[in-house]
This record gives sequence, C-alpha cells and structure tokens, in this order.
Amino acid sequence: MRFEFTEEQRMVRDMVRRLADEELKPRAAEMDKKGEIFPEIYQQLAELGLFGVYVPEEYGGAGMDVVSYATVVEELSRGCASTGILVSAHTSLVVDPILHYGTEEQKQKFLMPLAKGEKIAAHAMTEPGAGTDVVSIATTAKRDGDHYILNGTKHFITNGKEASIYLVFAMTDKEKRHKGMSAFIVEKDAPGFSIGKLEHKLGIRASSTAELIFENCRIPAENLLGEEGQGFYIAMHCYDGGRIGVAAQAVGIAQAAYEEAVEFAKTRVQFGQPIANFQAIQFKLADMATMIEAARLLYLKAAWLKQEGKPYYQLSAMAKLFASDVAMRVTREAIQVHGGYGFTEEYPVERHYRDAKITEIYEGTSEAQRLTIARNLLKG
Amino acid sequence: MKVVVFCKSVPDTETRVRLKDNRLDKSEIKYILNPYDEFAVEEAVRMKEAGKVDEVVAVSMGPERAREALRSALAIGADRAILIKDDALDGSDTYVTAKVLVKALEKDGVEYGMLLFGQQAIDGDTWHVPGQVAEMLGLPQAGSIIKLEVDPDAGKAVANRLVEGGEEVHEMALPCVVTCRKGLNEPRYPSLPNIMKAKRKPVQDYSLADLGLSPEEVGRAGSFTEVLSYSLPPKKEAGRKVEGEPEEVVQELVKFLKDEIKVL
Repeated sequence: MRFEFTEEQRMVRDMVRRLADEELKPRAAEMDKKGEIFPEIYQQLAELGLFGVYVPEEYGGAGMDVVSYATVVEELSRGCASTGILVSAHTSLVVDPILHYGTEEQKQKFLMPLAKGEKIAAHAMTEPGAGTDVVSIATTAKRDGDHYILNGTKHFITNGKEASIYLVFAMTDKEKRHKGMSAFIVEKDAPGFSIGKLEHKLGIRASSTAELIFENCRIPAENLLGEEGQGFYIAMHCYDGGRIGVAAQAVGIAQAAYEEAVEFAKTRVQFGQPIANFQAIQFKLADMATMIEAARLLYLKAAWLKQEGKPYYQLSAMAKLFASDVAMRVTREAIQVHGGYGFTEEYPVERHYRDAKITEIYEGTSEAQRLTIARNLLKG
Repeated sequence: MKVVVFCKSVPDTETRVRLKDNRLDKSEIKYILNPYDEFAVEEAVRMKEAGKVDEVVAVSMGPERAREALRSALAIGADRAILIKDDALDGSDTYVTAKVLVKALEKDGVEYGMLLFGQQAIDGDTWHVPGQVAEMLGLPQAGSIIKLEVDPDAGKAVANRLVEGGEEVHEMALPCVVTCRKGLNEPRYPSLPNIMKAKRKPVQDYSLADLGLSPEEVGRAGSFTEVLSYSLPPKKEAGRKVEGEPEEVVQELVKFLKDEIKVL
C-alpha cells in the first residue's frame, strides 16, 4: 500500500493549489457577492485543462486519472467552493456519462468541446416534485420521427446559466417506472428550451442554480444517451462518481476554514498571549486537522477505486457522507475560533460555513448516502 | 538557436528551516523548482513560442529530487532535460557546481545561443554560479534582468537590468549569459496536458564518470569553500517604546540615534 501521489498528481495538486491561492482566493468573496464566477476564471480553467482531467487525450482531455481530478476539485474548492462544484458537476455529471455511455459521434460532437472547456455542461434531473425520489420526475420525452419532444421543468440545476450542453433526464415510458427513464443531450439553442429563474442561495452563491423549461423542445433522436430506458442507470452512475467530487469539495471547504482558524489563532492575542496557546483552541485545531485528513483519505480511496475499475459506490457514499459532515463541523468550529470576527464578512470563515451546508444535500442527501451504505452492507 | 536554462531544486518558500547536528534537517522539507529559475524557464519558452529559439534544454545538478525540478521546467515548456547526479558531488561549492555544469554542456554538445539562470537560488542565496559559468566560458553576461530582446539572426541580445535609480541596457553578442528576476515575466501555470507531456520528454542522466571528472575534483575535495556550520538568525527582540510629552520623546529619540546607534 502506497499513500503517495504520483509525480504528475503532485504537480497537478501544486499547480491548482497555487492557482487557488493566487487567482481564486482573492476573488472568492467578490464572486460570492456578485453571484457569478468571473469569465476570466472559466477561461483560465479551460486553458489549464481542468474541465477534462481524466478524459483521454483523443477526446480533448488531459488524459489523467480520477485521483488527479478529485484533487483538482479539492484544491479549487479550497480557493472557491463555487468554482469547485463548477468543475465537479461538469465532469462527474455530464462529461463522465458521455465518456462512458456515449457513441463515437456523441463523443466527437459533445465530449470534445466539454473536455476542452470550450463549453460548460449541466446535469438536469431535479424537479420541483422530484428530489431524492428521482423516479417521480414528470418531464417526458416522446419519439417523433427523427426527433424526441421534451416537455417539463427542471429546477436547482447547477451550472444552469452558463452551460450550453445539458444532460436531461425524462420519462420515455412512465409505466415502466425507473426502467422508463431516458437521458438526452440537449443543446442550449434547441427549439423550445429556455432558462427560467435563478435561485438565491445560502452558499456557493457564485455557482448558478437555474430553472430549465422544456416546451415541446425538439432534439435530434441521436442525442439520446445510451438506450431508451437506461436513464436511471446512467443517473446512478453519475451520482456514484459525483459523490467523489462533492466529498473533495467538502474537504476543500473544510481545509480552507481550518487554515484560516490556524492563522487567526496564532495572531489573535487575548489575556496577553496568542489564543493558539490555549488548550481549548489547540484541541479544536487538532480535531479539525484529524477529521479533514480522514475525510480526504476516504475520497481519495473512492477515487482510486473508480480509477482501478473496482466497485466504488459504497466508498463514494461514505466519503460524501463523512466529508460533508466534516465540512459542517470544521467550518462551525473555525467561526468559533474567530469569535465575533468570524461572524462578520471581514473574515472568509462565514462564507466557508455557508458553502459547507450544500455538501450535505446535493448529489444525494446525507440520509440517502446512509441508505445506500446500509442497503449495501445488509444485502445478500 | 538553442538555449539552456539551469534549474535548481530548493526548499519550498514556506519551509520552516530546522537544524540538526549543525546541518539542515531535510526530513520534512518539500522541494520545488527555484522560483527565480521559473522566470528563466518562462523566458526561454516564450522565446521559443516567438519563433526565436528552437530548443530549450533544462539542466540541473543535484540529487534524485532535482529530477522533479526538471520535470517542472519541462511542464512549463522546456523540450528536454539533463540531470547531473552523483553521490560524490555532495558538498560541492559554487565553483565546483559551475565547473560541472560547464562540463555537462560540453558533454551534451548543445550549440547554445544563450544560457539562462535564475539570479539567485532561494536556499544558498550566493548568486555565484551564473557569473562563474560565464567566466569559465568567456561569455558576456547581464545579471538580474527585467527585459530581454534577442535577435538570433544578428547574433545579439539586449537586456535591461534594474540598477539604483534607473535601468542599465546591455547589448551582448551571442552566446551570452543572463540571470532572471521578478519583473521579467509572469511564469505560467503548467497546464494538465503539459504536465502529461513533460512525463514523455527525455531526461538524460550524467554521472561524474560520464563527464570525465574524478571524485577528487568535486565535492568537498574539489571545493574552495566549505560550509562549516549553520545557525538560525537571532530571534527578533521586542522594540523599545518611547513614551511621554512630545518634547521629551524627541529628545530621547535624538539621544538614542546619536549615542546608541550613532547614525547622527
């Protein structure tokens, strides 16, 4: 057993860490306030190859591995959690399934520009009436000659505003329940497609969360991903991988808050000495560091299993469950270390605290993760 | 034209320096490509991108970990690398280092038009090696440059260096030596595709024997200088506060400047 990055993985981590320190951290508060990731950030991520980390080179990617990808998401999230989920949702929830289930034509047409970062992707499953219970989606797709006609409304769609390629889930046969769900690639200019309202959120405010409206939206039949009825399985494939991304994002948020807490504790003087001298603070910092390390090892193991082609959904569920909880605990304690200052916008820990919460919710709530884990260990 | 960039593996800028038995404790140090060398690599790669240079060769003398520094240079865009590695080199001073680097250039046979260095390494901080290499090869040199214009066809380079109160402009015949500093350029982030490409670029290893040098000519034996000991800088003492009415404070301060530190 080797707990060591390869040389390339280390180089990627170092590069993205520097990028986060120099480009993301100084802008994160402003992007949070304005509710957008600045265009120059997209540009830079694309130039550096961060939108297609483990996509093979022949499809426009960097040809690296899943461990590198997860590390990229952690390091980006350490600088800006919204930028972390931008890359994670793009990669795990759209790039990965097209890579896995797409035809050669679909890979050439859609995967290529996505991996290069020329286009941004969004994954559209959630609806007002269908969250964790994905089989209850009401969006439908009907075959009409060489086309499918989509009708319905999606909401809470990450990257919804910036994306130009959407992976949309719809029922092709409602009677068949989960076996009647299909996945479609929808381009932004498809007739009958429009973007609805944008959400105002507690955290990851720079990441767009949009409503998508399909009104007799016509898309070519060749945009069906996989086969009719395969949508549910494609979605589960997406979330198994997406959990690695969200776990990495949660660790990045926790790491950022922890670093702020250490710095503050060393410089804040009370009772004539830095508060880091007090055991009450030391114990908090020690617990934070320990939890972060454990959460990191979990997502790295899940990423490694995925890379090796071994079953990983149990580990990715554990990683997300644990890392999101760690993000909540660490960011809360980081504010506590800061005292009243931590409650103000003068210090970034309040943003980390707000950003942490969503990691317990999206791509499967913590409750759903526990179900996945429990069902797996009790089966057979 | 081909250019050579010299690269050193140095402790990360955030390293906490610790001593053990009068030596640097290297057990927990993370190593990086010397940041000043990054400016040199970036400049060389830009010259290549501008079509003025057709090959950028990165060269390092050091232990195995220097390979990582070279890999960083390759990821920025250098084409190939040379690593001079030999246990006998341990303890070499800057003179020996320069001598070995010159030997490596001879051995490789690269027909260089320019040698680029970082102006200093952030660990040893001697600033010696570039000047020593230039002297040994009899080449013109410009140190700590902030601007560089190269005209390979005319066989000359113009380099600007910051001096107190202004800039000096040097015109040099090629081949020449320059050392690079902040302000010359903004080193790029190595992209993921370039990190992957770096893995496939050739790194040539040379031992002492390959360079035709004997152990007596290098290391402590071949060096003019030897580091006898290391010590940490003294802890900063708390400043002295002068309090009271303005007149008293001024008097006290003037007395201090005159009598104690004698600057007036």
